[in-house]
Amino acid sequence: MDKLIKNTGINKLIALIVTFVIVQVLISTNIINDYIFSTLVTICINIILAASLNLITGFTGQFSLGHAGFMSIGAYTCAIITLRYSTVWGFVGGLVAGAVFAAMVGFLVGLPTLRLKGDYLAIATLGMAEIIKILFRNVLDDLTNGAAGLRGIPQFINWAWLFLFTAGSVLLISNFINSSHGRACISIREDEIASEAMGVNSTKYKVTAFVTGAFFAGIAGAIYASYFYYLKPDYFAFKKSIDILVIVVLGGMGSISGSVIAAILLALISTYLQAFPELNMVINGALFVIIMIFRPQGIMGSKELSLSLIKKWTGQFGRKNGGAA
Amino acid sequence: MPILTVNKLTKSFGGLMAVSNVSMELKKGELVGLIGPNGAGKTTVFNLLTGIYQPTSGTVTLHRDKKEEQLQGLKPYTICKKGIARTFQNIRLFKDLTVLDNVRIAMNKNVKYGLFSTFFHTRSYSDEEKEMLDKCMQLLKILKLDHKKDELAKNLPYGEQRHLEILRALATNPCILLLDEPAAGMNPAETAQLTEMIGWIRENFDLTILLIEHDMSLVMKICERIYVLDYGMVIAEGTPSEIKSNKRVIEAYLGEEMGNA
Ligand SMILES: Nc1ncnc2c1ncn2[C@@H]1O[C@H](COP(=O)(O)OP(=O)(O)OP(=O)(O)O)[C@@H](O)[C@H]1O
Ligand SMILES: [Mg+2]
Repeated sequence: MDKLIKNTGINKLIALIVTFVIVQVLISTNIINDYIFSTLVTICINIILAASLNLITGFTGQFSLGHAGFMSIGAYTCAIITLRYSTVWGFVGGLVAGAVFAAMVGFLVGLPTLRLKGDYLAIATLGMAEIIKILFRNVLDDLTNGAAGLRGIPQFINWAWLFLFTAGSVLLISNFINSSHGRACISIREDEIASEAMGVNSTKYKVTAFVTGAFFAGIAGAIYASYFYYLKPDYFAFKKSIDILVIVVLGGMGSISGSVIAAILLALISTYLQAFPELNMVINGALFVIIMIFRPQGIMGSKELSLSLIKKWTGQFGRKNGGAA
Repeated sequence: MPILTVNKLTKSFGGLMAVSNVSMELKKGELVGLIGPNGAGKTTVFNLLTGIYQPTSGTVTLHRDKKEEQLQGLKPYTICKKGIARTFQNIRLFKDLTVLDNVRIAMNKNVKYGLFSTFFHTRSYSDEEKEMLDKCMQLLKILKLDHKKDELAKNLPYGEQRHLEILRALATNPCILLLDEPAAGMNPAETAQLTEMIGWIRENFDLTILLIEHDMSLVMKICERIYVLDYGMVIAEGTPSEIKSNKRVIEAYLGEEMGNA
Protein backbone atom coordinates (compact mmCIF):
# COMPACT_ATOMS: atom_id res chain seq x y z
CA MET A 1 0.00 0.00 0.00
CA ASP A 2 2.78 2.44 0.91
CA LYS A 3 4.53 1.64 -2.32
CA LEU A 4 1.30 2.39 -4.14
CA ILE A 5 1.05 5.80 -2.54
CA LYS A 6 4.58 6.69 -3.61
CA ASN A 7 3.95 6.08 -7.30
CA THR A 8 1.09 8.57 -7.45
CA GLY A 9 2.12 9.88 -10.87
CA ILE A 10 1.93 6.45 -12.47
CA ASN A 11 -1.22 5.60 -10.52
CA LYS A 12 -2.95 8.70 -11.82
CA LEU A 13 -1.99 7.87 -15.39
CA ILE A 14 -3.29 4.32 -15.04
CA ALA A 15 -6.53 5.55 -13.46
CA LEU A 16 -7.01 8.02 -16.30
CA ILE A 17 -6.40 5.43 -19.03
CA VAL A 18 -8.71 2.93 -17.35
CA THR A 19 -11.48 5.53 -17.03
CA PHE A 20 -11.10 6.53 -20.64
CA VAL A 21 -11.18 2.96 -21.94
CA ILE A 22 -14.13 1.89 -19.79
CA VAL A 23 -16.28 4.82 -20.87
CA GLN A 24 -15.23 4.34 -24.50
CA VAL A 25 -16.29 0.69 -24.33
CA LEU A 26 -19.61 1.63 -22.72
CA ILE A 27 -20.22 4.14 -25.52
CA SER A 28 -19.32 1.66 -28.26
CA THR A 29 -21.70 -0.91 -26.79
CA ASN A 30 -24.37 1.79 -26.49
CA ILE A 31 -24.77 1.29 -22.75
CA ILE A 32 -23.94 4.99 -22.55
CA ASN A 33 -26.54 6.29 -24.99
CA ASP A 34 -26.82 9.81 -26.39
CA TYR A 35 -28.85 10.94 -23.43
CA ILE A 36 -26.34 9.75 -20.83
CA PHE A 37 -23.53 11.12 -22.94
CA SER A 38 -25.02 14.59 -22.89
CA THR A 39 -25.07 14.39 -19.09
CA LEU A 40 -21.43 13.36 -19.23
CA VAL A 41 -20.65 16.42 -21.35
CA THR A 42 -22.40 18.67 -18.83
CA ILE A 43 -20.44 17.07 -16.00
CA CYS A 44 -17.13 17.59 -17.77
CA ILE A 45 -17.93 21.21 -18.64
CA ASN A 46 -18.91 21.85 -15.04
CA ILE A 47 -15.72 20.19 -13.78
CA ILE A 48 -13.58 22.52 -15.88
CA LEU A 49 -15.64 25.57 -14.89
CA ALA A 50 -15.56 24.73 -11.18
CA ALA A 51 -11.87 23.83 -11.10
CA SER A 52 -10.95 27.06 -12.87
CA LEU A 53 -13.17 29.21 -10.64
CA ASN A 54 -11.76 27.39 -7.62
CA LEU A 55 -8.30 28.57 -8.65
CA ILE A 56 -9.53 32.18 -8.52
CA THR A 57 -11.94 32.06 -5.58
CA GLY A 58 -11.01 28.98 -3.55
CA PHE A 59 -7.22 29.08 -3.80
CA THR A 60 -6.39 32.73 -4.39
CA GLY A 61 -9.33 34.06 -2.36
CA GLN A 62 -10.65 36.48 -5.01
CA PHE A 63 -14.44 36.43 -5.01
CA SER A 64 -15.51 36.40 -8.66
CA LEU A 65 -19.09 36.35 -9.90
CA GLY A 66 -18.28 36.66 -13.57
CA HIS A 67 -17.13 33.23 -14.60
CA ALA A 68 -20.00 32.72 -17.06
CA GLY A 69 -18.67 35.78 -18.91
CA PHE A 70 -15.36 34.08 -19.65
CA MET A 71 -17.19 30.91 -20.60
CA SER A 72 -19.30 32.82 -23.12
CA ILE A 73 -16.23 34.32 -24.77
CA GLY A 74 -14.81 30.83 -25.33
CA ALA A 75 -18.18 29.57 -26.57
CA TYR A 76 -18.83 32.37 -29.07
CA THR A 77 -15.27 32.47 -30.37
CA CYS A 78 -15.21 28.72 -30.99
CA ALA A 79 -18.71 28.77 -32.50
CA ILE A 80 -17.98 31.63 -34.90
CA ILE A 81 -14.74 30.02 -36.05
CA THR A 82 -16.16 26.51 -36.51
CA LEU A 83 -19.13 27.90 -38.40
CA ARG A 84 -16.62 29.32 -40.93
CA TYR A 85 -14.11 26.46 -40.90
CA SER A 86 -16.09 23.35 -40.29
CA THR A 87 -13.20 20.95 -39.81
CA VAL A 88 -11.57 19.34 -36.78
CA TRP A 89 -8.76 21.86 -37.09
CA GLY A 90 -11.26 24.66 -37.18
CA PHE A 91 -12.71 23.30 -33.97
CA VAL A 92 -9.36 22.90 -32.21
CA GLY A 93 -8.24 26.31 -33.46
CA GLY A 94 -11.55 27.82 -32.34
CA LEU A 95 -11.22 26.26 -28.91
CA VAL A 96 -7.67 27.52 -28.43
CA ALA A 97 -8.60 30.96 -29.77
CA GLY A 98 -11.61 31.07 -27.42
CA ALA A 99 -9.47 30.20 -24.42
CA VAL A 100 -6.78 32.73 -25.33
CA PHE A 101 -9.37 35.41 -26.00
CA ALA A 102 -11.06 34.74 -22.65
CA ALA A 103 -7.66 34.94 -20.95
CA MET A 104 -6.93 38.28 -22.63
CA VAL A 105 -10.23 39.73 -21.48
CA GLY A 106 -9.43 38.29 -18.03
CA PHE A 107 -6.18 40.23 -18.07
CA LEU A 108 -7.80 43.50 -19.14
CA VAL A 109 -10.57 43.17 -16.56
CA GLY A 110 -8.37 41.75 -13.81
CA LEU A 111 -5.68 44.39 -13.84
CA PRO A 112 -7.91 47.25 -12.64
CA THR A 113 -10.50 45.25 -10.64
CA LEU A 114 -8.27 42.91 -8.64
CA ARG A 115 -7.24 45.89 -6.52
CA LEU A 116 -10.75 45.71 -5.10
CA LYS A 117 -11.45 43.45 -2.16
CA GLY A 118 -14.24 41.03 -1.32
CA ASP A 119 -17.72 42.31 -2.12
CA TYR A 120 -16.45 45.09 -4.36
CA LEU A 121 -14.58 42.65 -6.56
CA ALA A 122 -17.64 40.40 -6.69
CA ILE A 123 -19.80 43.29 -7.94
CA ALA A 124 -17.18 44.42 -10.45
CA THR A 125 -16.84 40.91 -11.94
CA LEU A 126 -20.62 40.59 -12.02
CA GLY A 127 -20.78 43.83 -13.98
CA MET A 128 -18.12 42.58 -16.36
CA ALA A 129 -20.09 39.42 -17.16
CA GLU A 130 -23.24 41.49 -17.80
CA ILE A 131 -21.34 43.77 -20.16
CA ILE A 132 -19.96 40.79 -22.07
CA LYS A 133 -23.48 39.38 -22.35
CA ILE A 134 -24.84 42.66 -23.68
CA LEU A 135 -21.97 42.92 -26.16
CA PHE A 136 -22.84 39.50 -27.54
CA ARG A 137 -26.54 40.26 -27.60
CA ASN A 138 -26.78 43.84 -28.82
CA VAL A 139 -23.45 45.15 -30.07
CA LEU A 140 -21.74 42.29 -31.90
CA ASP A 141 -24.99 40.92 -33.34
CA ASP A 142 -23.55 40.75 -36.87
CA LEU A 143 -21.28 38.03 -35.59
CA THR A 144 -23.45 36.49 -32.87
CA ASN A 145 -26.94 36.83 -34.31
CA GLY A 146 -28.00 38.77 -31.22
CA ALA A 147 -30.65 37.50 -28.85
CA ALA A 148 -31.82 34.80 -31.27
CA GLY A 149 -28.45 33.12 -30.92
CA LEU A 150 -26.24 30.99 -33.13
CA ARG A 151 -27.63 27.75 -34.49
CA GLY A 152 -26.18 24.75 -36.27
CA ILE A 153 -22.70 24.95 -34.80
CA PRO A 154 -20.81 21.92 -36.15
CA GLN A 155 -20.52 19.25 -33.49
CA PHE A 156 -16.98 17.96 -33.02
CA ILE A 157 -17.01 16.94 -29.37
CA ASN A 158 -16.72 13.20 -28.89
CA TRP A 159 -15.56 11.27 -25.83
CA ALA A 160 -11.88 11.45 -26.83
CA TRP A 161 -11.85 15.25 -27.12
CA LEU A 162 -14.01 15.65 -24.05
CA PHE A 163 -11.75 13.46 -21.97
CA LEU A 164 -8.59 15.08 -23.28
CA PHE A 165 -9.72 18.62 -22.50
CA THR A 166 -11.29 17.81 -19.14
CA ALA A 167 -8.44 15.68 -17.78
CA GLY A 168 -5.91 18.07 -19.29
CA SER A 169 -7.53 21.15 -17.71
CA VAL A 170 -7.80 19.55 -14.29
CA LEU A 171 -4.22 18.29 -14.47
CA LEU A 172 -2.79 21.65 -15.53
CA ILE A 173 -4.73 23.52 -12.85
CA SER A 174 -3.57 21.02 -10.18
CA ASN A 175 -0.01 21.35 -11.40
CA PHE A 176 -0.23 25.11 -11.09
CA ILE A 177 -1.51 24.83 -7.54
CA ASN A 178 1.24 22.38 -6.60
CA SER A 179 3.99 24.80 -7.49
CA SER A 180 5.67 27.75 -5.92
CA HIS A 181 3.40 30.06 -7.92
CA GLY A 182 0.33 28.19 -6.69
CA ARG A 183 1.52 28.43 -3.10
CA ALA A 184 2.03 32.16 -3.58
CA CYS A 185 -1.62 32.42 -4.66
CA ILE A 186 -2.76 30.46 -1.61
CA SER A 187 -0.72 32.69 0.70
CA ILE A 188 -2.63 35.71 -0.63
CA ARG A 189 -5.89 34.06 0.40
CA GLU A 190 -4.43 33.28 3.84
CA ASP A 191 -3.01 36.72 4.64
CA GLU A 192 -2.28 39.23 1.94
CA ILE A 193 -0.20 41.55 4.12
CA ALA A 194 2.04 38.78 5.42
CA SER A 195 2.30 37.39 1.92
CA GLU A 196 3.51 40.71 0.48
CA ALA A 197 5.92 41.16 3.38
CA MET A 198 7.42 37.76 2.48
CA GLY A 199 8.14 38.89 -1.06
CA VAL A 200 4.99 37.78 -2.90
CA ASN A 201 3.84 40.26 -5.54
CA SER A 202 0.15 39.86 -4.78
CA THR A 203 -1.18 41.82 -7.77
CA LYS A 204 0.88 39.70 -10.17
CA TYR A 205 -0.37 36.45 -8.68
CA LYS A 206 -4.00 37.54 -8.47
CA VAL A 207 -3.91 38.50 -12.14
CA THR A 208 -2.15 35.22 -13.00
CA ALA A 209 -4.84 33.19 -11.23
CA PHE A 210 -7.61 35.26 -12.82
CA VAL A 211 -6.19 34.94 -16.33
CA THR A 212 -5.55 31.21 -15.91
CA GLY A 213 -9.08 30.70 -14.59
CA ALA A 214 -10.52 32.68 -17.51
CA PHE A 215 -8.48 30.61 -19.98
CA PHE A 216 -9.95 27.33 -18.77
CA ALA A 217 -13.46 28.79 -18.54
CA GLY A 218 -12.97 29.66 -22.21
CA ILE A 219 -12.18 26.00 -22.96
CA ALA A 220 -15.33 24.91 -21.13
CA GLY A 221 -17.36 27.40 -23.18
CA ALA A 222 -15.89 26.11 -26.44
CA ILE A 223 -16.80 22.52 -25.51
CA TYR A 224 -20.31 23.70 -24.71
CA ALA A 225 -20.68 25.41 -28.08
CA SER A 226 -19.30 22.47 -29.99
CA TYR A 227 -21.51 19.89 -28.32
CA PHE A 228 -24.84 21.63 -27.83
CA TYR A 229 -24.59 23.37 -31.27
CA TYR A 230 -26.84 26.24 -30.15
CA LEU A 231 -25.75 29.39 -28.28
CA LYS A 232 -27.71 32.29 -26.94
CA PRO A 233 -26.44 35.14 -24.77
CA ASP A 234 -29.01 34.59 -22.01
CA TYR A 235 -27.54 31.21 -21.16
CA PHE A 236 -24.47 33.02 -19.79
CA ALA A 237 -26.40 35.19 -17.36
CA PHE A 238 -25.77 35.78 -13.67
CA LYS A 239 -27.43 32.47 -12.77
CA LYS A 240 -24.78 30.52 -14.68
CA SER A 241 -21.98 32.17 -12.67
CA ILE A 242 -23.84 31.34 -9.47
CA ASP A 243 -24.29 27.71 -10.54
CA ILE A 244 -20.52 27.41 -10.97
CA LEU A 245 -19.87 29.07 -7.62
CA VAL A 246 -22.27 26.64 -5.94
CA ILE A 247 -20.26 23.68 -7.25
CA VAL A 248 -17.05 25.24 -5.92
CA VAL A 249 -18.48 25.97 -2.48
CA LEU A 250 -20.19 22.60 -2.24
CA GLY A 251 -17.06 20.68 -3.20
CA GLY A 252 -14.82 22.77 -1.00
CA MET A 253 -13.03 26.07 -1.58
CA GLY A 254 -9.45 25.10 -2.25
CA SER A 255 -10.03 21.49 -3.31
CA ILE A 256 -9.89 20.51 -6.97
CA SER A 257 -11.07 16.98 -6.22
CA GLY A 258 -13.94 18.54 -4.27
CA SER A 259 -14.97 20.49 -7.38
CA VAL A 260 -14.87 17.30 -9.45
CA ILE A 261 -16.94 15.36 -6.92
CA ALA A 262 -19.52 18.15 -6.52
CA ALA A 263 -19.89 18.58 -10.30
CA ILE A 264 -20.61 14.86 -10.68
CA LEU A 265 -22.93 14.73 -7.66
CA LEU A 266 -25.07 17.68 -8.74
CA ALA A 267 -25.39 16.38 -12.29
CA LEU A 268 -26.45 12.95 -11.03
CA ILE A 269 -29.08 14.41 -8.73
CA SER A 270 -30.62 16.57 -11.43
CA THR A 271 -30.52 13.72 -13.95
CA TYR A 272 -32.38 11.39 -11.61
CA LEU A 273 -34.93 14.05 -10.76
CA GLN A 274 -35.32 15.31 -14.33
CA ALA A 275 -38.96 14.18 -14.45
CA PHE A 276 -39.82 16.26 -11.38
CA PRO A 277 -38.34 19.72 -11.95
CA GLU A 278 -39.94 21.29 -8.85
CA LEU A 279 -38.78 18.47 -6.61
CA ASN A 280 -35.34 18.78 -8.17
CA MET A 281 -35.11 22.43 -7.14
CA VAL A 282 -36.38 21.74 -3.64
CA ILE A 283 -33.94 18.88 -3.12
CA ASN A 284 -31.03 20.91 -4.50
CA GLY A 285 -31.92 23.80 -2.21
CA ALA A 286 -32.30 21.53 0.81
CA LEU A 287 -28.98 19.87 0.01
CA PHE A 288 -27.17 23.22 0.03
CA VAL A 289 -28.75 24.27 3.30
CA ILE A 290 -27.89 20.96 4.95
CA ILE A 291 -24.31 20.93 3.70
CA MET A 292 -23.71 24.55 4.68
CA ILE A 293 -25.05 23.86 8.19
CA PHE A 294 -23.23 20.60 8.84
CA ARG A 295 -20.19 20.97 6.64
CA PRO A 296 -19.67 24.64 5.82
CA GLN A 297 -16.22 23.91 4.40
CA GLY A 298 -17.83 21.79 1.67
CA ILE A 299 -17.50 18.10 0.89
CA MET A 300 -13.70 18.07 0.77
CA GLY A 301 -12.82 21.21 2.72
CA SER A 302 -9.43 22.22 1.35
CA LYS A 303 -8.14 18.64 1.21
CA GLU A 304 -7.50 16.68 -1.96
CA LEU A 305 -8.66 13.13 -2.51
CA SER A 306 -5.58 10.89 -2.43
CA LEU A 307 -4.73 7.31 -1.70
CA SER A 308 -3.30 8.23 1.71
CA LEU A 309 -6.50 10.09 2.59
CA ILE A 310 -8.62 7.12 1.54
CA LYS A 311 -6.33 4.89 3.60
CA LYS A 312 -6.86 7.17 6.60
CA TRP A 313 -10.63 7.10 6.15
CA THR A 314 -10.83 3.35 5.76
CA GLY A 315 -8.48 3.02 8.74
CA GLN A 316 -10.86 5.10 10.84
CA PHE A 317 -13.78 3.14 9.54
CA GLY A 318 -12.06 -0.13 10.47
CA ARG A 319 -11.38 1.10 13.97
CA LYS A 320 -14.97 2.26 14.45
CA ASN A 321 -16.09 -1.22 13.55
CA GLY A 322 -13.74 -2.77 16.06
CA GLY A 323 -11.32 -4.02 13.42
CA ALA A 324 -7.61 -3.73 14.15
CA ALA A 325 -6.08 -1.19 11.76
CA MET B 1 29.42 51.20 8.01
CA PRO B 2 25.68 51.97 7.87
CA ILE B 3 23.37 49.48 6.20
CA LEU B 4 20.13 51.40 6.75
CA THR B 5 19.63 55.14 7.21
CA VAL B 6 16.29 56.54 8.24
CA ASN B 7 15.98 60.27 7.79
CA LYS B 8 13.20 62.40 9.32
CA LEU B 9 10.59 59.73 8.79
CA THR B 10 7.06 61.01 9.49
CA LYS B 11 3.65 59.38 9.37
CA SER B 12 0.39 61.01 10.33
CA PHE B 13 -2.99 59.33 10.47
CA GLY B 14 -5.41 62.20 10.01
CA GLY B 15 -4.41 64.56 12.79
CA LEU B 16 -2.43 61.96 14.77
CA MET B 17 1.35 62.05 14.34
CA ALA B 18 2.12 58.35 14.88
CA VAL B 19 5.75 58.84 13.85
CA SER B 20 7.36 62.23 13.60
CA ASN B 21 10.83 63.13 12.37
CA VAL B 22 12.38 59.82 13.29
CA SER B 23 16.00 59.51 12.22
CA MET B 24 18.02 56.41 12.92
CA GLU B 25 20.92 54.43 11.55
CA LEU B 26 21.68 50.72 11.60
CA LYS B 27 25.28 49.61 11.17
CA LYS B 28 26.03 46.33 9.48
CA GLY B 29 25.85 43.44 11.92
CA GLU B 30 24.37 45.46 14.77
CA LEU B 31 21.57 44.36 17.05
CA VAL B 32 19.56 47.47 17.86
CA GLY B 33 16.56 47.81 20.18
CA LEU B 34 13.53 50.00 19.56
CA ILE B 35 11.59 50.61 22.76
CA GLY B 36 8.93 52.96 24.05
CA PRO B 37 5.61 52.98 25.88
CA ASN B 38 2.44 51.56 24.33
CA GLY B 39 1.29 53.54 21.32
CA ALA B 40 4.69 55.25 20.93
CA GLY B 41 4.80 54.41 17.22
CA LYS B 42 7.23 51.47 17.15
CA THR B 43 5.12 49.15 15.00
CA THR B 44 4.31 52.06 12.72
CA VAL B 45 8.06 52.54 12.14
CA PHE B 46 8.27 48.87 11.07
CA ASN B 47 5.29 49.29 8.78
CA LEU B 48 6.98 52.30 7.20
CA LEU B 49 10.30 50.49 6.78
CA THR B 50 8.60 47.51 5.13
CA GLY B 51 6.32 49.50 2.82
CA ILE B 52 3.04 48.49 4.45
CA TYR B 53 2.47 52.20 5.11
CA GLN B 54 3.76 54.98 2.91
CA PRO B 55 5.51 57.73 4.88
CA THR B 56 4.00 61.21 4.94
CA SER B 57 7.56 62.49 4.55
CA GLY B 58 11.15 61.40 5.13
CA THR B 59 13.46 58.87 3.52
CA VAL B 60 14.73 55.35 4.10
CA THR B 61 18.02 54.44 2.46
CA LEU B 62 19.46 50.95 2.13
CA HIS B 63 23.21 50.65 1.63
CA ARG B 64 23.94 47.31 0.08
CA ASP B 65 26.65 46.09 -2.28
CA LYS B 66 28.13 49.61 -2.35
CA LYS B 67 24.87 50.98 -3.72
CA GLU B 68 22.39 53.34 -2.12
CA GLU B 69 18.73 52.65 -2.67
CA GLN B 70 15.73 54.71 -1.58
CA LEU B 71 13.07 52.45 -0.10
CA GLN B 72 10.27 54.92 0.67
CA GLY B 73 7.33 54.52 -1.69
CA LEU B 74 8.25 50.95 -2.67
CA LYS B 75 5.84 48.03 -2.30
CA PRO B 76 6.34 45.55 0.55
CA TYR B 77 7.36 42.69 -1.75
CA THR B 78 10.00 44.85 -3.43
CA ILE B 79 11.44 45.86 -0.08
CA CYS B 80 11.48 42.22 0.94
CA LYS B 81 13.36 41.35 -2.24
CA LYS B 82 15.92 44.02 -1.42
CA GLY B 83 16.66 42.24 1.86
CA ILE B 84 14.43 43.48 4.67
CA ALA B 85 12.31 40.83 6.40
CA ARG B 86 10.08 41.07 9.43
CA THR B 87 7.83 39.38 11.94
CA PHE B 88 4.54 40.76 13.20
CA GLN B 89 3.47 41.79 16.69
CA ASN B 90 0.26 39.74 16.37
CA ILE B 91 1.62 36.63 14.73
CA ARG B 92 0.61 36.57 11.05
CA LEU B 93 1.45 33.07 9.98
CA PHE B 94 -0.46 31.38 7.17
CA LYS B 95 -2.48 29.57 9.82
CA ASP B 96 -4.22 26.95 7.72
CA LEU B 97 -1.09 25.97 5.83
CA THR B 98 1.58 23.54 6.94
CA VAL B 99 4.78 24.55 8.67
CA LEU B 100 6.69 23.59 5.53
CA ASP B 101 4.48 25.68 3.23
CA ASN B 102 4.84 28.71 5.50
CA VAL B 103 8.59 28.57 4.96
CA ARG B 104 8.40 27.63 1.29
CA ILE B 105 6.19 30.59 0.44
CA ALA B 106 8.90 32.89 1.75
CA MET B 107 11.24 31.39 -0.85
CA ASN B 108 8.89 32.10 -3.75
CA LYS B 109 10.73 35.27 -4.72
CA ASN B 110 13.82 33.25 -5.68
CA VAL B 111 11.99 30.79 -7.89
CA LYS B 112 13.23 30.88 -11.46
CA TYR B 113 10.99 28.37 -13.22
CA GLY B 114 8.25 30.00 -15.27
CA LEU B 115 4.63 29.32 -16.07
CA PHE B 116 5.37 26.61 -18.63
CA SER B 117 7.35 24.58 -16.10
CA THR B 118 4.61 25.23 -13.58
CA PHE B 119 1.86 23.79 -15.77
CA PHE B 120 3.85 20.87 -17.13
CA HIS B 121 6.05 20.11 -14.12
CA THR B 122 9.22 19.98 -16.19
CA ARG B 123 12.71 19.04 -15.01
CA SER B 124 13.52 22.59 -13.91
CA TYR B 125 10.35 22.50 -11.80
CA SER B 126 11.31 19.30 -9.98
CA ASP B 127 14.96 20.30 -9.60
CA GLU B 128 14.13 23.67 -8.09
CA GLU B 129 11.34 22.29 -5.91
CA LYS B 130 13.71 19.69 -4.52
CA GLU B 131 16.39 22.28 -3.83
CA MET B 132 13.81 24.49 -2.12
CA LEU B 133 12.59 21.59 0.00
CA ASP B 134 16.14 20.80 1.12
CA LYS B 135 16.76 24.42 2.10
CA CYS B 136 13.49 24.55 4.04
CA MET B 137 14.31 21.38 5.91
CA GLN B 138 17.72 22.77 6.85
CA LEU B 139 16.08 25.90 8.21
CA LEU B 140 13.42 23.92 10.08
CA LYS B 141 16.09 21.73 11.67
CA ILE B 142 17.74 24.77 13.24
CA LEU B 143 14.70 25.37 15.43
CA LYS B 144 13.83 21.68 15.69
CA LEU B 145 10.64 22.14 13.74
CA ASP B 146 11.59 19.65 11.01
CA HIS B 147 9.56 16.79 12.47
CA LYS B 148 6.50 19.08 12.49
CA LYS B 149 6.75 20.10 8.86
CA ASP B 150 3.33 18.68 7.95
CA GLU B 151 1.45 20.18 10.88
CA LEU B 152 -0.78 23.18 10.33
CA ALA B 153 0.79 26.37 11.65
CA LYS B 154 -2.26 27.11 13.81
CA ASN B 155 -1.80 23.81 15.67
CA LEU B 156 1.71 24.67 16.90
CA PRO B 157 2.13 25.81 20.50
CA TYR B 158 2.37 29.58 20.82
CA GLY B 159 6.14 29.70 21.35
CA GLU B 160 6.77 27.60 18.27
CA GLN B 161 4.51 29.84 16.22
CA ARG B 162 6.76 32.76 17.13
CA HIS B 163 9.79 30.69 16.15
CA LEU B 164 8.20 29.69 12.87
CA GLU B 165 7.50 33.31 12.04
CA ILE B 166 11.17 34.13 12.54
CA LEU B 167 12.14 31.16 10.37
CA ARG B 168 9.74 32.30 7.67
CA ALA B 169 11.39 35.72 7.69
CA LEU B 170 14.84 34.09 7.49
CA ALA B 171 13.71 32.06 4.49
CA THR B 172 13.46 35.28 2.47
CA ASN B 173 17.26 35.50 2.87
CA PRO B 174 17.34 38.98 4.39
CA CYS B 175 20.25 41.22 5.35
CA ILE B 176 18.10 43.13 7.84
CA LEU B 177 15.63 41.45 10.16
CA LEU B 178 12.91 43.41 11.98
CA LEU B 179 11.41 41.62 15.00
CA ASP B 180 8.22 43.06 16.52
CA GLU B 181 7.95 41.91 20.14
CA PRO B 182 9.20 38.37 19.58
CA ALA B 183 9.03 37.54 23.31
CA ALA B 184 5.46 38.78 23.82
CA GLY B 185 3.42 36.17 25.66
CA MET B 186 6.42 33.96 26.47
CA ASN B 187 7.42 32.73 29.92
CA PRO B 188 10.91 33.50 31.33
CA ALA B 189 12.36 30.16 30.23
CA GLU B 190 11.04 30.60 26.69
CA THR B 191 12.30 34.19 26.64
CA ALA B 192 15.78 33.06 27.67
CA GLN B 193 15.79 30.48 24.90
CA LEU B 194 14.60 33.09 22.39
CA THR B 195 17.32 35.52 23.50
CA GLU B 196 19.95 32.91 22.80
CA MET B 197 18.41 32.08 19.46
CA ILE B 198 18.34 35.70 18.28
CA GLY B 199 22.05 36.02 19.03
CA TRP B 200 22.72 32.78 17.21
CA ILE B 201 20.86 33.65 14.03
CA ARG B 202 22.51 37.06 13.90
CA GLU B 203 25.95 35.39 13.85
CA ASN B 204 25.06 32.57 11.52
CA PHE B 205 22.93 34.44 9.03
CA ASP B 206 25.11 37.54 8.90
CA LEU B 207 22.19 39.74 9.91
CA THR B 208 21.54 43.22 11.14
CA ILE B 209 18.62 43.13 13.57
CA LEU B 210 16.20 45.80 14.76
CA LEU B 211 14.12 44.59 17.67
CA ILE B 212 10.98 45.97 19.29
CA GLU B 213 10.51 44.55 22.75
CA HIS B 214 8.78 45.35 26.00
CA ASP B 215 10.77 42.79 27.98
CA MET B 216 13.55 45.05 29.27
CA SER B 217 15.73 42.20 30.52
CA LEU B 218 15.91 40.86 26.98
CA VAL B 219 16.56 44.25 25.41
CA MET B 220 19.24 45.27 27.89
CA LYS B 221 20.96 41.92 27.57
CA ILE B 222 21.34 41.57 23.83
CA CYS B 223 21.04 45.02 22.23
CA GLU B 224 24.18 46.97 21.52
CA ARG B 225 22.30 50.20 21.00
CA ILE B 226 18.78 51.34 21.77
CA TYR B 227 16.44 53.95 20.34
CA VAL B 228 13.63 55.14 22.58
CA LEU B 229 10.38 56.40 21.02
CA ASP B 230 7.71 58.39 22.79
CA TYR B 231 4.72 60.02 21.10
CA GLY B 232 6.27 59.19 17.73
CA MET B 233 9.56 60.96 18.43
CA VAL B 234 13.02 59.62 19.23
CA ILE B 235 13.66 60.86 22.77
CA ALA B 236 16.93 59.01 23.40
CA GLU B 237 19.57 56.90 21.72
CA GLY B 238 22.51 55.08 23.27
CA THR B 239 23.94 51.95 24.85
CA PRO B 240 21.77 50.02 27.33
CA SER B 241 23.52 51.56 30.32
CA GLU B 242 23.15 55.09 28.91
CA ILE B 243 19.47 54.49 28.28
CA LYS B 244 18.87 53.09 31.75
CA SER B 245 20.14 56.30 33.35
CA ASN B 246 18.61 58.72 30.82
CA LYS B 247 16.29 61.16 32.53
CA ARG B 248 13.81 61.61 29.68
CA VAL B 249 13.52 57.88 29.27
CA ILE B 250 12.79 57.38 32.95
CA GLU B 251 10.12 60.09 32.75
CA ALA B 252 8.50 58.51 29.70
CA TYR B 253 8.42 55.19 31.46
CA LEU B 254 7.34 56.70 34.80
CA GLY B 255 5.45 54.08 36.69
CA GLU B 256 6.75 51.27 34.51
CA GLU B 257 9.40 48.73 35.35
CA MET B 258 12.37 50.57 33.78
CA GLY B 259 14.40 50.86 36.97
CA ASN B 260 14.54 47.24 37.94
CA ALA B 261 15.50 45.93 34.52
N1 LIG C 1 -3.61 52.34 10.58
C1 LIG C 1 -3.73 53.24 11.58
N2 LIG C 1 -4.69 54.18 11.53
C2 LIG C 1 -4.82 55.09 12.52
N3 LIG C 1 -4.02 55.15 13.59
C3 LIG C 1 -3.02 54.24 13.69
C4 LIG C 1 -2.83 53.24 12.70
N4 LIG C 1 -1.78 52.48 13.07
C5 LIG C 1 -1.34 52.97 14.23
N5 LIG C 1 -2.08 54.03 14.62
C6 LIG C 1 -1.87 54.83 15.82
O1 LIG C 1 -0.53 55.23 15.84
C7 LIG C 1 -0.02 55.20 17.17
C8 LIG C 1 1.20 54.35 17.23
O2 LIG C 1 0.82 52.99 17.11
P1 LIG C 1 1.85 51.80 17.07
O3 LIG C 1 1.10 50.57 16.82
O4 LIG C 1 2.95 52.11 16.13
O5 LIG C 1 2.41 51.80 18.56
P2 LIG C 1 3.44 50.81 19.24
O6 LIG C 1 4.57 51.62 19.71
O7 LIG C 1 3.77 49.68 18.35
O8 LIG C 1 2.59 50.32 20.48
P3 LIG C 1 2.53 48.89 21.20
O9 LIG C 1 3.69 48.84 22.15
O10 LIG C 1 1.24 48.92 21.93
O11 LIG C 1 2.60 47.86 20.17
C9 LIG C 1 -1.17 54.72 18.05
O12 LIG C 1 -1.79 55.84 18.64
C10 LIG C 1 -2.08 54.03 17.09
O13 LIG C 1 -3.41 54.10 17.53
MG1 LIG D 1 3.44 47.67 18.36
